[in-house]
Amino acid sequence: MAKFKTHMLVCGGTGCRASASDVLYENLKKEVKEKGLENDVQVVTTGCFGFCEQGPIVKMIPDNTFYVGVQPKDAADIVAEHALKGRKVDRLLYKDPVKKEHVPDSKHMGFYKKQIRIALRNCGLIDPENVNEYLAADGYEALGKVLLEMTPEEAIQIVIDSGLRGRGGGGFPTGVKWKIAQGVKGAQKYVVCNADEGDPGAFMDRSILEGDPHTVLEAMAINGYCIGATKGLIYIRAEYPLAIHRLKVAIAQAREYGLLGEDILGSGYNFDIELRYGAGAFVCGEETALIHSMEGHRGEPTFKPPFPAESGYLGMPTNVNNVETYANIPVIFNKGAKWFASIGTEKSKGTKVFALAGKINNVGLIEVPMGITLREVIFEIGGGIKGGKKFKAVQTGGPSGGCLTEKHLDTPIDYDNLIASGSMMGSGGMIVMDEDDCMVSVAKFYLDFTVEESCGKCSPCRIGNKRLYEILEKITKGHGAMDDLDKLRNLSNVIKDTSLCGLGQTSPNPVLSTLDNFYDEYLAHITEGKCFASQCKDLIKYEIIPENCVGCTACARNCPVNCISGERKQIHLIDQSLCIKCGACMEKCKFNAVTII
Amino acid sequence: MELIKLTIDNRAVEVEKGTTVFHAAKKLGIEIPTLCYMNLADLNIEHKPGGCRVCVVEVEGRRNLAPSCATECNEGMVVKTNSMRVLNSRRTVLELILSDHPFDCLICAKSGYCDLQNMAIKMGVRSIPYQGEKSTYKPDFSPAIIREMDKCIMCRRCETMCNDFQTVGVLSGINRGFEAVVAPAFERDLDHSECTYCGQCVAVCPTGALTEVDHTPQVIRALADPTKTVVVQTAPAVRAALGEEFGLEPGTLVTGKLAAALRRLGFDYVFDTDFAADLTIMEEGSELLDRLGRFLGGDKSVKLPMLTSCCPGWVNFFEYNFPDMLDVPSTARSPQQMFGSIAKSYFADKIAVDRKEMVVVSIMPCVAKKFEASREEFKVDGNPDVDFSISTRELAALIKGANIDFNTLPDEDFDKPLGESTGAGVIFGVTGGVIEAAVRTAYELHTKKTLEKVDFKQLRGLEGIRSASVDFDGVEIKIGIAHGLGNARKLLEDIKAGKSEFHAIEIMACPSGCIGGGGQPLHHGDSSILKARSKAIYTEDELKVLRKSHENPYIIKLYDEFLGKPMSEKAHHLLHTHYFARKLKHIDID
Repeated sequence: MAKFKTHMLVCGGTGCRASASDVLYENLKKEVKEKGLENDVQVVTTGCFGFCEQGPIVKMIPDNTFYVGVQPKDAADIVAEHALKGRKVDRLLYKDPVKKEHVPDSKHMGFYKKQIRIALRNCGLIDPENVNEYLAADGYEALGKVLLEMTPEEAIQIVIDSGLRGRGGGGFPTGVKWKIAQGVKGAQKYVVCNADEGDPGAFMDRSILEGDPHTVLEAMAINGYCIGATKGLIYIRAEYPLAIHRLKVAIAQAREYGLLGEDILGSGYNFDIELRYGAGAFVCGEETALIHSMEGHRGEPTFKPPFPAESGYLGMPTNVNNVETYANIPVIFNKGAKWFASIGTEKSKGTKVFALAGKINNVGLIEVPMGITLREVIFEIGGGIKGGKKFKAVQTGGPSGGCLTEKHLDTPIDYDNLIASGSMMGSGGMIVMDEDDCMVSVAKFYLDFTVEESCGKCSPCRIGNKRLYEILEKITKGHGAMDDLDKLRNLSNVIKDTSLCGLGQTSPNPVLSTLDNFYDEYLAHITEGKCFASQCKDLIKYEIIPENCVGCTACARNCPVNCISGERKQIHLIDQSLCIKCGACMEKCKFNAVTII
Repeated sequence: MELIKLTIDNRAVEVEKGTTVFHAAKKLGIEIPTLCYMNLADLNIEHKPGGCRVCVVEVEGRRNLAPSCATECNEGMVVKTNSMRVLNSRRTVLELILSDHPFDCLICAKSGYCDLQNMAIKMGVRSIPYQGEKSTYKPDFSPAIIREMDKCIMCRRCETMCNDFQTVGVLSGINRGFEAVVAPAFERDLDHSECTYCGQCVAVCPTGALTEVDHTPQVIRALADPTKTVVVQTAPAVRAALGEEFGLEPGTLVTGKLAAALRRLGFDYVFDTDFAADLTIMEEGSELLDRLGRFLGGDKSVKLPMLTSCCPGWVNFFEYNFPDMLDVPSTARSPQQMFGSIAKSYFADKIAVDRKEMVVVSIMPCVAKKFEASREEFKVDGNPDVDFSISTRELAALIKGANIDFNTLPDEDFDKPLGESTGAGVIFGVTGGVIEAAVRTAYELHTKKTLEKVDFKQLRGLEGIRSASVDFDGVEIKIGIAHGLGNARKLLEDIKAGKSEFHAIEIMACPSGCIGGGGQPLHHGDSSILKARSKAIYTEDELKVLRKSHENPYIIKLYDEFLGKPMSEKAHHLLHTHYFARKLKHIDID
């Protein structure tokens, strides 16, 4: 990269591309050419920067200027001002949500300050479709080292020593998993990358595959060498077309460079990778279901043991790891197990990528060291709650994680602490809720997802989750009874205790954690018919305050069901029997004359 | 063999490595309840999806409860099968299953035989705390099997039978979550699938989700119609199983009581399908000898091996799956259809009754026979040779409904002439029996010598695929036997690939043959019942004075008076058939 004075890194992730970053890229190239700067400025498409809410993003190297919300038409300004004259385009700089000031570069942005990027190290930095850029960033160095200088045992020991645990949710020690798979004999062994990212709102795997596909290929080859597998399979959702495209490009380039295929780097080791597509079933993230889906069977889990290490794909010994787990592997070999183990907590080493979402100022993908507190994540990286509202809860671990509260904010995040708090790490979803969220409805929302996504194989998950949902529905409609709370608790415990796979074993978590932490909200719904957050439509009424109403007719004109009556300059009235509780009247009223009771 | 010591409910037990907690508990006399587990020992059919979660137990040191059917014992394991935690979970899971089940037990075809009902009784369920939406599906009425998936509890036993054992592949889980259900692909109905109507799904269904089409009302109507002459035939396997419906030990032979009961039900002529089985041997055995003779004489156009064609599930199977091999099976009709054909011609002439005024009812251990009876090629001017085929279970219901105290009935004989049979006809009911019967006759016809010993033990047994050789006076005849369509498929693939060494092959669709048919009293996964029935069949054979089909005096008379000789033109017309390459039926979409 040395010969260029300036590099313009244009995010080419799915989010930014959806906002025309590909057009922006073309425009920047055109502007650079027109200004005759081809030899000074390089425009590069990279993977995701993580700060997706602010996209499309353009980052300038070397000064780290971080432009957000860049439109294709802004290309002219960026080239003319920044590239040519060295002046930052202020209007495109990120504005701090609290201080309301422009931030000159990414180093000063709260969003990035506390992040340590290992799995995401190359995302937003290199061109994912150019293997040379990956090679320049120490790419395939680890593979070379392992193949040419280490025995499988030595390499596995390094992974064990690093303390890396599975990032897909289970948290099983990766090195131990490899060792078990190594110990099983089989005519053909397989290495499988689980890229069936199914948590709603989570996109860490997609971002890694889009931004740094070679790191996964390299790690899989290392994994294959360690356990004695010559075939690798990546199970990826078909609705990730960009990730699939970049993987295909990367695999082709790696083959061309002799980094995949026969006799890799002259080591005598053969390894190649193929893609397998999933149809997007959440349960196919569970490794046995994933394997059955790859085999062409119905995607549903089977009882373990036998574990995939003993009998996996086509009955052969198979090691399954998640994308993010793999993304850590090359770095561990390049920087050492000791270095990796120095980050994080006693039992959870390294970093974790989270998809930060919900009622928070900075929405996006972040990578933080294990042991960081929820408070740091939400209030420093996340920039606090949107609109200055009050923090209420944060749900971690995807749809079957628990809802944690104020009292958990200072707990260091790691696998064990999250479980002890009634939630889990999961694959790294993190959804922040504020005072406007009704926790009974939140539990119902997640149950709705797990009811849809249960495979239906085992009775407690198939029927139990449905019944949980129905009881929650009853409560949010104002028909709940006190014994419903006992039913919820018993049913939740039994579903967790008896379900076949991780889906059912965790799906009641949102119910149990909200029952534990927000019992008063359940009580209010049942005994008083009240929803504190005014979210449950059956429990609220819109009414007009006569003292405030000036008879402007705005509410009546905007009511979609025409249920507001009243002449001009006269007090208006809502017909409750027709009202659908859409809230349009309240939104349109400029005189605070509409209230919820 | 490595032994494992563990503790279950505070009692020590030692089991072989690989044993599941479920079986270890059984060793101690602890019956852990289950709704999905099924083990047909000796037949290599073990179904343990771990899906119902009723059999969960507490294992010390384990975070959640373990399904005992799928959890292997470990050294030092401490298991509790009846702790409060286990009992509460088991009950809750059962209550959940019941909460998604229609409560029409009083009028359900499976009432009294239903595993789910029995479990609710055992656990004393008196209310369902978890009420909510129930699964509702349109019932699927095919010519032989009814699917009422409202009653499905997703045990998936039918899938194991249909896919793994039979390799028919019609039934599988579709949709997700609460909407998950077992169905043919794209939720077609059975009539528009490649279903063979073998009925093994019906035989293992724990609830009323899969049942046979009930033809007893039509039979009752015919019996009550004074203008009709109602003739009944009963298949060999029925007499070895019907007693179970009346509380008799499995394997109790009730041949005499069966004839008496049929007579009391009002059938005008009580005949025996065994007679037609003897007739089948005459035709099929002669066909085999004919093909064999030509083959050994160097005729290259002869197809060998010849396959039996008695089993209607098997016929449906090869018509769908091997449409290019329709010339391999024998052209002989099944005993049920031979009987119908002879009853409505030879016998009808004898008693001077028009075939249209005669109703032939068959009692079969089978549900595919219902479909077979309805095939167009077995009708004369629209009048079927066999009017109604009812299962062993349906017959039991008829007997109970007619206030007949079955167990106190005297032993009676079948009527003549179509009620006389030999031991060869009886053994049609068990795997290997048809070919053994054929060998007894073919040997004597070929060698012109008398068999010293009629028992061919090498052809018996429960192995899925068996092979044996029989010495035909210097000529070695190689025989293959398969029961279960999955095993049949293997033999057919071999034939297709030119790898088959056999001269003759017997195939039965159901595990252990007709005695394990889809219309038999439910075995509830207990394969010792199938073994007992098999033993009963061979006992009946041994008790017979005549044990070779060609010695049946009424068969000899039938040829003398009516058919001429085996494979005659008349025999071809009345006793043989042809097969069709079948395709999925088209569904018209409006």
